[in-house]
Amino acid sequence: MKLGILINEGPYQHQASDTALQFVKSAIKKGHEIYRVFFYNDGVNNATRFATPPQDDRNITKEWSAIAIEHNIDMVVCVAAAQRRGILDKGEAERNGKDSDNIEEGFRISGLGQLVEAGIQADRLITFGD
Amino acid sequence: MGEESKIKKFMYVNRKSPYGTIYALESLEVVLISAAFDQDVSLTFTDDGVYQLMKNQKTEGIGMKNFSSTYSALGDYEIKKIYIDKESLEERGLSISDLQELVWEDEDEDYAEKSSINLVSRDELSEIMNQQDIVMSF
Repeated sequence: MKLGILINEGPYQHQASDTALQFVKSAIKKGHEIYRVFFYNDGVNNATRFATPPQDDRNITKEWSAIAIEHNIDMVVCVAAAQRRGILDKGEAERNGKDSDNIEEGFRISGLGQLVEAGIQADRLITFGD
Repeated sequence: MGEESKIKKFMYVNRKSPYGTIYALESLEVVLISAAFDQDVSLTFTDDGVYQLMKNQKTEGIGMKNFSSTYSALGDYEIKKIYIDKESLEERGLSISDLQELVWEDEDEDYAEKSSINLVSRDELSEIMNQQDIVMSF
């Protein structure tokens, strides 16, 4: 089955992103295709490579990045939600006159249309949120 | 987009108050974008989400942008199926007259204004939800 994943909460404060990560790993193991993972609301905070959780804790952003690269998963961060919360790629940082970008490898910033399109193209869209 | 054009039923479920968290505002942003994709879009307001459609919202005191007038544009975006959970209204001592009127213009009837609002019970709502392809909940 072709699956779209929507993540609406940031890392650590909520379990939504952890649960989504475990779901995605299991789905891949069972032979499903992940059409896209879309990060919205505070979910965009999963994409910052500047987070430095304690060493004995999981690093959710790194885990997403690793699984996306290994399985070639399209991970999209909503541009409007990202701008509000200071999640920037190189282009966005330049456009908005910021001194750095902070997006982790494997994530890309794009529009909300990518979420709707995932709903259209995937067999199921699964939301992880509050 | 894929080669075949699929029309799916998208329902956006609004469960939270308009202010206090950003869910209502960012849900509305998804809804407006989705209108560009020619899908079958509907909105549900349930739980505290019914407060999103309250008339006469005033936000000066909390320093938030009042976005409640945006809902009245939904009809222009061809979004004309709005479901209000009747029990959620009643639980909060509200009635349909406390909510803003949302309308759409029917081209086939000389642009007659028709109400987009459907007051439904939870049983009816669950049936309507079952018919959806995509349910996004905010």
